[in-house]
Formats: sequence, C-alpha cells, structure tokens
Amino acid sequence: MRRYLAGRLLQALGVVVFVTTLTFVLIHLAPGDPIGQALQGPNVTEAVRNEWRAAYGLDRPLPEQYLRWVASAARGQFGYSFSQHRPVRDVLAESLPRTLLLSSIAILFSFGLGIGVGLLQAERPRGARDRWLGRVLLLLYSVPDFWLALMVLILFAYRLPLFPAGGLHDSVTYAYMSPTGQLLDRIKHLVLPVLTLTMLSTASIARYQRSALVAVLRTDWMRTALAKGLSWRQAVRQHAFRNALLPTITLFSLTVPTFAAGAIFVEMVFSWPGMGFNTVHAIAARDYPLVTSGVLVSSVIVVITALLADIAVAAADPRVRLS
Amino acid sequence: MTPPLLEIDNLRTWFYTDSGVARSVDGVSMRVDAGETLGVVGESGCGKSVTALSILRLIRAPGRIEPGSAIRFEGKDLLTLAEADIRHVRGNRIAMVFQEPMTALNPVFTVGDQIAEVARIHTDMSRKEAAAKAVEMLRLVGIPDPERRATEYPHQLSGGMRQRIVIAMALVMNPALLIADEPTTALDVTIQAQILELLADLTRRLGTSILLITHDLGVVAENCTRVIVMYAGEVVEEATTSDLFRHAHHPYTEGLLGAMPRVGGHAERLATIPGTVPAPTNWPAGCRFRERCEYAWERCEQEHPPLYQIGEGHVSRCHLAVEPERRANRHVPIAAQVGAGAA
Ligand SMILES: Nc1ncnc2c1ncn2[C@@H]1O[C@H](COP(=O)(O)OP(=O)(O)O)[C@@H](O)[C@H]1O
Ligand SMILES: [Mg+2]
Repeated sequence: MRRYLAGRLLQALGVVVFVTTLTFVLIHLAPGDPIGQALQGPNVTEAVRNEWRAAYGLDRPLPEQYLRWVASAARGQFGYSFSQHRPVRDVLAESLPRTLLLSSIAILFSFGLGIGVGLLQAERPRGARDRWLGRVLLLLYSVPDFWLALMVLILFAYRLPLFPAGGLHDSVTYAYMSPTGQLLDRIKHLVLPVLTLTMLSTASIARYQRSALVAVLRTDWMRTALAKGLSWRQAVRQHAFRNALLPTITLFSLTVPTFAAGAIFVEMVFSWPGMGFNTVHAIAARDYPLVTSGVLVSSVIVVITALLADIAVAAADPRVRLS
Repeated sequence: MTPPLLEIDNLRTWFYTDSGVARSVDGVSMRVDAGETLGVVGESGCGKSVTALSILRLIRAPGRIEPGSAIRFEGKDLLTLAEADIRHVRGNRIAMVFQEPMTALNPVFTVGDQIAEVARIHTDMSRKEAAAKAVEMLRLVGIPDPERRATEYPHQLSGGMRQRIVIAMALVMNPALLIADEPTTALDVTIQAQILELLADLTRRLGTSILLITHDLGVVAENCTRVIVMYAGEVVEEATTSDLFRHAHHPYTEGLLGAMPRVGGHAERLATIPGTVPAPTNWPAGCRFRERCEYAWERCEQEHPPLYQIGEGHVSRCHLAVEPERRANRHVPIAAQVGAGAA
C-alpha cells in the first residue's frame, strides 16, 4: 500500500510537471507577448517595448526563463499579472474559490443524480423505467457541450428570464441587499452554470453506474443474497450497490479533468469569473505568469483530487486495501 | 405415514432463449423425507442446478417455472406463495450451499457480517446478537479463532474455509432442508472429504434433511440413503443407494457406475459414456439417452419411456423394464460409431 501510494504520488508529480511545462512552452511560442499586448499605443516605440521586455527578463532564452519561473513558483511566488495589474497570487486567491464552488456543487449533483439514476435503471434492467431513463441519458450524452450551454442560457435567461445570464452576482443592486438577499442573489447566479455542468456529466456517470450494477447483478453472490431471504430490492441496494460503487469512485478520478475542462467553457458562457474564465482571458492577453500559474494550480488540484479518489477506492475495496 | 418434507411434482423449468426454448427441467418429480439425505446425480447440463434453484424460486428471466408444476414443502406449495412468504422460506426453512465457494460470497463484506445477515433477516436480533451468532456458527463449522475470522473478508480465506463459511451461513436458522449443489466439486480431494464429513455431522446433529446434488457417485455412496439419477431434464432412475449400486437398471446409471473410479481398482482406463448430453433446446424424441445407449432399439426411437416401477422404491425410465431380454443385445451406441459426433 505504501509503495503504491509513493508510486501514484510520483506519477502525479510527473503529470503536473509535464502539463505546466507544456503550457509554458506553448504560450511562449504563441505569437505576441505580454508587452506587445499591454503597450500597443502608436506612441510607443519598439525600443521602449524592448526595454520593458528586458526589465521583465522576457529577452532571455526560453530555458532560462523557464528555470527562473520554476524556481520562483517553487517558492510560492507566481509573479505579476500583466493584464490585471496585480499579483498573480491575488488573482488566483480570488478566482480559485469561485471555480471550486461551481465545480464542487456540480460534481456533487452529477454524482448524486448519476448514481441514483443508474440504480433506478439497474433495479429492473430493460424494464420501462430503465428504457425511458436510458433514452433521456442518451440524448443528454449526445448533445454537444457548447450547444447545451447556449441552449440553457437562451432558454432560462432570455426566453424565460428566470435566472441571470451571467456573473457572480447582480452588478448594480448587490451592494444594497440584505445579507439574505445577497446569498439568494449568489445562489440565483449559480443555478444555470451548475445546471449546465451537471447535465453535461450526469449522463455518463449514470450510464457507467448502471452498467456496473447490471454486471454485478449476475454474480453468484447476488444469488446467495437472494437465497438468504433478501428481497430483490434489498439485495440490489445492500449487496450490488456497494460493489458497483467501487468503479464509480474510479470514474470520479477520471472525470475530475473533464469537470475542470467543462468548467472552463461554462465559466465563459455564463461569465463566471473563475479560473477558467481568467485563464482564457489571460491567454488572449499573453499574460504569461497568470496562464502558467493558473494551469499549475489547476493541474495540482486535479491531480490531488484524482489521487484522493484512487485512495478512496483502495480504502473501500478490502481486496485492494489488505493486499 | 408422515408426508414427505419436500415434494416436487412435475416440475418444468424452461428458459426462453434466443436459440429456442431450453426445457432444462422437464417434468421432474421427487421427494425428500424428513431427516434423510437424498442424492441427485447426473452429468453436467442435466438440469440439477436448475431444479435446485427452482425449489427456492431463484430462477430468473428468461427462465420460467411452467404452470402445472408444484413444489410442496411443510404443507405449502412454494410455487404459489406470495413473494414475501417465499422469502421467509429462503435461508430460513430451506437453505442453499452453492458449488463455487470462491464466488458465492460478497467480496466487500466481512464473512461475519454475511453470516450475521441471515439472522438479521429472519429474526429481530440486534446487530450485536447477530454478530455473536455469526461467531458461534463459525465455531460450529470448525473454523479456528472464529472471533478474528469473522472480521476477515472472503478473499483472505481458502476455498475450503469459504465453503465452511457458506455452510455456516446456511445453517444459521437451523433449516429443515439444506440444498447442497455440488458443494465440494470446486475443492481439493482432501478438503472435499472434510467438508462432506462436516455436512453429515452437522445435519445429523441438527436433524436437517439434505438434497445433495453431485456428479460423483462416490459422494452418493458415502452420504445418501436414496438416489435420483437425472438425465436431460428428467429423472431416469430412482432407488435406494444400495439398490442402485447393486442392481442399477437404467443404462445411463450403468454408464455412470462404469465411469466411477474404484478404490483399489487397477489403473485401467475408466469407461466413459460416449457422446454428450444433448442441448436442452432440442431434446431427442423417444428416449433422450438413445444415441448413447448400448441397448437402444426401435422402440426407444418411437416411444418416450415412462418411469417404470421395477421394484420396491425403485423406478427406471427405460423400456428394458418391459423388454428385459433386450439386455442380451448389446451394441456400439450411435454416438460412438464412426462418423458420429466427434470424428
Ligand atoms: N439462465 C439460463 N439460461 C439459459 N439456459 C440455462 C440457464 N440456466 C441453465 N440453463 C441450461 O439448463 C441446462 C441445465 O443446466 P443445469 O441445471 O445448470 O445443469 P447441471 O445438471 O449441470 O446443474 C443447461 O443446458 C443450461 O445450459
Ligand atoms: Mg450444476
């Protein structure tokens, strides 16, 4: 078990290093640079820009810049954001909690819903309930992500203006609300992004849970459970479910990156100023420090979550735990 | 005369598969008396397990127990009981031990919990009392250090141990009938003997009747008072064990006896019955054993043999009962002739 953990940790570290290095290289290779983007005025000569480039060390060879960046990132110094004119650390401290809030609620909902729907389907495989739920899931599953997000926006923010179209809270009236009013306003702003993100992932989780359960229903020990005198429903919920949950925890570790990616464009569509939103804007501004640090922090979180999920699987399965 | 504990009457369990209707159990009748151990033998695919599962109504789609079948137990027809009532029978009045101890236990629960669960289902014992009961059962089936073993998971135990666990689970409620479906087939020979001895000892002490399914006539000889021989979804012979071993009537039974390794026997090749059990979707007309039989004649092709009474408590599904002179006319069975089946 200890050796397994050490191995996984090393692997996780490798992923983080790879992803951040790749990001660093790609964003530097992209045409343009932060100075060019920030100092665009016709009165600024190239000589002035070069001065600034030298001041920020952007004129050094790429490997050197990379090593410098690694050295300071390792000390927790993420540099200064060119586009937002404040320390990257401040930008991250503000946007990370927003993304975590959005995606953790969506993860909670989609796993709760997905597992529940999968169970309802598997209780009577090929029954009417299973078939209907299966059709709905298939529809959700095959709809393009982007289209779904836009549809949600159009339907529930414009056609039926039930919820705000975007943002964290109401930009005008928020400051004048009572604490309860502010909370409600924030919740209202969360609904559509959470709904979209949840719809996007529930289908695959439910399909996965259903097939894991159905596979388990045919096992000998399910027959033993019935022969003991349990009802079908009890046997499914007490015996099969517990076993079929194991692959679903694994699925969790696999879907964390998907959530991270999904969060990016949901944040874009619903103008949710989180990590994804900020990173996309930072890329456009060639804000090297913000892009690389944002990717570094996100990849660390994704990798840690996946690692925790793997440990959870190991802890939940006695065959793994005790070997 | 007291009525039998279990009486199966014309049981037909059919599976509606894509390749046709599999008549896996096709009109089986048998009885188990209180306190006796009845053996059921037959090659793989003869319908033994399906019969066992039918008793507790554990047959799942596409399988179905056909109308006209009846299974009487303790004065009730199990086939017409309400779902809640058959659950009260399962694990409580009739318990089962399955063939595969490796897969019969749920891998994510401790064995103690799995044994205790039976008590929790059928009594109002508290969690703690049920756990104590589980330990007591583990001790009963001869598992050393039962307190510790109760907290272990199936994968931590050997096959023989697991089968003891399954037996412990089956005996928690002190059932009237134990159905043991090839309980030792998956185990080493030495462990086999231990498990069978354990079963015999416990059930004798508890007064449990056993329906012992096996394909090993040696197991029958040592454990059973009476035997049913099944072939192709039917009972083909029924007799007391001593009768069967001394005066087997059905050619299939003769074949099974001939295929039996004998203690102290020379290392001759065991006689085997040529051919295989036909597919249940397509039972042959007439006698279902005909193509593998050394005595078969025209009648066997045309007329499905009924169960002939050939002695006190001895029946056989073979026309030899009415034309015994045909026994002199032995020949090579169709299944063994050149060009038939395996060429
Ligand atoms: N669920 C099922 N679906 C289709 N056919 C089945 C099913 N279960 C059993 N059978 C068929 O019924 C026949 C008898 O099986 P079984 O009772 O398991 O034989 P055995 O005597 O070896 O225990 C076999 O031919 C098997 O293929
Ligand atoms: Mg069998």
